[in-house]
Amino acid sequence: MFSYIIRRLISAVILLLIVSAVTFGIFFLLPKLAGQSTDQLAQQYIGKAPTTADIAAVKKNLGLDKPVYEQYWEFLKGIFVGVDYKFGPDAAKCHVPCFGYSFKTHIEVWPEIQSRLPVTVSLAAGAAVLWLVSGVATGVLSALRPGSFFDRLAMGVALAGVSLPMFFTGALALALFTYQWPIFERSDYVPLLQDPFLWARTLVLPWVTLAFLYSALYARLTRAGMLETLSEDYIRTARAKGLRERKVVLRHGLRAALTPIITVLGMDLGLLLGGALITEQVFSLKGVGAFAVDSINANDLPNILGVTLLAAFFIVICNLVVDVLYAAVDPRVRLT
Amino acid sequence: MRRSVPVAAVAALTSAGLLLAGCSGKGSSDSSAEANAATTSVVNASDAKGGTVTYAMSDAPESFDPGNTYYAFVYNFSRLYARPLTTFKPGPGTKGEELAPDLAESMGKPSDGGKTWTYKIRKGVKYEDGTTVTSQDVKYAVERSNFARDILSLGPNYFQQFLQDNDGGYKGPYKDKSKDGLKSIETPDPQTIVFHLKQPFAEFDYLVSAPQTAPVPQAKDKGADYTKSVVSTGSYKFENYQEGKQLTLVRNPNWSARTDPLRKQLPDKIVLNLKVAQSTIDKDLQSGNTLVDMAGRGVDGQTQAQLLTDPKLKASTDNALGQRLVYTALNTKVAPFDNVECRKAVEYAIDKKAVQTALGGPIRGEIASTVLPTDIAGYQKYDLYPQKYSGDNLDLTEAKKHWAKCGAGNVSTTILARNDRQDEVDAATSVIGSLKKIGINAKIQSYPTSKYFSDYAGVPAFNKSNNVGLIMMQWGADFPTGYGYLQQILNGKAISQSGNSNLSELDDPEINNLLNSAIANTDKGAREKAYADIDKKAMEQAAIVPLTYFKVLMYRSPKATNLVSTSAFSGEYDYLNIGVKK
Repeated sequence: MFSYIIRRLISAVILLLIVSAVTFGIFFLLPKLAGQSTDQLAQQYIGKAPTTADIAAVKKNLGLDKPVYEQYWEFLKGIFVGVDYKFGPDAAKCHVPCFGYSFKTHIEVWPEIQSRLPVTVSLAAGAAVLWLVSGVATGVLSALRPGSFFDRLAMGVALAGVSLPMFFTGALALALFTYQWPIFERSDYVPLLQDPFLWARTLVLPWVTLAFLYSALYARLTRAGMLETLSEDYIRTARAKGLRERKVVLRHGLRAALTPIITVLGMDLGLLLGGALITEQVFSLKGVGAFAVDSINANDLPNILGVTLLAAFFIVICNLVVDVLYAAVDPRVRLT
Repeated sequence: MRRSVPVAAVAALTSAGLLLAGCSGKGSSDSSAEANAATTSVVNASDAKGGTVTYAMSDAPESFDPGNTYYAFVYNFSRLYARPLTTFKPGPGTKGEELAPDLAESMGKPSDGGKTWTYKIRKGVKYEDGTTVTSQDVKYAVERSNFARDILSLGPNYFQQFLQDNDGGYKGPYKDKSKDGLKSIETPDPQTIVFHLKQPFAEFDYLVSAPQTAPVPQAKDKGADYTKSVVSTGSYKFENYQEGKQLTLVRNPNWSARTDPLRKQLPDKIVLNLKVAQSTIDKDLQSGNTLVDMAGRGVDGQTQAQLLTDPKLKASTDNALGQRLVYTALNTKVAPFDNVECRKAVEYAIDKKAVQTALGGPIRGEIASTVLPTDIAGYQKYDLYPQKYSGDNLDLTEAKKHWAKCGAGNVSTTILARNDRQDEVDAATSVIGSLKKIGINAKIQSYPTSKYFSDYAGVPAFNKSNNVGLIMMQWGADFPTGYGYLQQILNGKAISQSGNSNLSELDDPEINNLLNSAIANTDKGAREKAYADIDKKAMEQAAIVPLTYFKVLMYRSPKATNLVSTSAFSGEYDYLNIGVKK
């Protein structure tokens, strides 16, 4: 198991290198291939009517006059030794690990992501707990009584949850529970350790809204998995052996049905930790997702590269955790 | 007379009493003000101190550095912590365009026929750390903001353009370590600053109202990072700044009302929340969580519908003109629009009523016929290309006549718009529909605002190689005079190879000369007449199709005091003295 994890971690590093190279290429090489000159790249960092000297100075300062592979090497080097930029009388430092420096807002990408990560993690983790509990429970109950009123109602609600876009349910939740009936007063994110109650109160609406979307998916997934599992021979055998129904359903049925759910959960969590773009926008949460959207709107490439790497990191790590969990959930799986 | 908006006239009558109370600057407050009250009077005038004034914004400015910004709302807001030599007196509508000395003790004294301008700094003005402001600090502020554009690139560079050249070219304070620095600005003593210009510039007092003249102590300058810790000379100072999240200002203990007749320092604290969804801001304004929408671009479409259908809510709105024109620039360097007859055909062919509807209706702007907006001095009402309608249908007789003279037949062209401005895309789509009727097949290409001028519409080479004949545009004045409005969009000398805002690429020697002679003229009336003449010349050239005089619909928080919507800052509320009701 240990060597498996080490091997996966090494492959994760290689994968992240590839992701960073591809992302770097997309942002820094493709514009060149599309005919954009380095002068034009530099011009977006200067205001109106730049002079030739202004453009040359920006190109030199940001390293845009170097070949792309050299720029990429400088980026990788910066992660381990940091980078100094000249943006005034003193050097602007991008400290180790320098995952980029925004030439537009003059912030270091990594500290900015670090400051936003608690928001995104709180949002994703809280919502995941909600959707996992509600989705799986609903799916199991529906599977136990397929075709019943509860099953139809639950699946109908699930269908609505899947169909309704986040920007609609989020805005509706805000309109109803913040403005019409001010049960959850709108406030900025409060760190968990600062005030756990306020932390939870600020996040309840985003959690519920996000969980509504995802629990619908999980309910349908669980129901389908359970229906399939409950028709297996070993379930019939378990029942024939006289095991209690609860044990049959939870230990034998649900355990087997959980494997695909864990797979999807790993992917979903990985994606959300890389930024819950729409939810953070709707609820004005200053998380990684909002940072990504803002950076895309502002065409702030170092920020976009940083968030992309983070999202890739979380997806890789979550998948690794999922693979390890397979072995714990499904006795047939052995990690070698 | 320049205000041609009937609803504003009604508001003027109904709030005449408020005007009197508001101008007294104390006492009475009235939260039951009528719609548009803040465009004609001070709403909720009060000198009550204390509390927190909360601003919100759906985006975040790239910089709060007074020397590194070009946004009207940052110009407006930065005056809370940075005092330029002159600034605008808080006043409703066009009354807000009146200049007053701020850091300077009086307006500039011109000499040498308007080529030299001298200002004296008020005695006793201090930074937040208690050190005294000197004229050298103002000189340094201009140097860094105009001559180090590879580092501070976001602001305008008027000073660089108009100050006398130095031999060898001054390279800005970060590279030039000479003792004297820029020679065309002299500081003979710590209180006096003298600007030497290349040519007479009668409106220099407007130019120094830019926050670029707010003093910066050289020892505290951190270049592009100065935005994080601006050293205040205003009534408030930075307490906490989190990029893209929040800015908190608190009272500046070293600010003194004795040196500042304009600021009142009313609230204890000012909080600006950044990156808040526009719909949330609109809701928060109504609930009282937020007092001011910092960007001042008005409520979103959904809120607009809600506000206009509820008379009670509508009474708390201000539908202000913003010294802006929404227009389509016709590229005079791309066929067939290099032919003035073809351009005239387009002037007649674009259905402005349809475009107005696409832009959100009359609440978002009256139909325009001039380059100068109605609230800029020099505006004269006229229409060179009057449009006739039978019912809802535009009469295309004149358009077809000019198109026949142009002789282009059926042509294809490209129209540019910003894809993150849906109203602009809708307007462009409407323009395409209009032009099709006379044989112009336009296809839309849309790009994000962040690259619109740097990579696309503002790059003449791109326009030429992509057959871009029409460009959607919205333009506001850099300062509220005809020159401040027209210079960047009509002067042939303003055409640049990127970041260009003269999108028509109009380079008419007569217009260029008129602009040059107008700005040198010390007679205000003569200047305004010249601006009206330039406007007409540009319309004769049919380089611009004026679409609407932009208007903004803002929700006025009943909890905020001293609210005036000022023309000086695109119809935004004047942020200098907003307080909070207790």
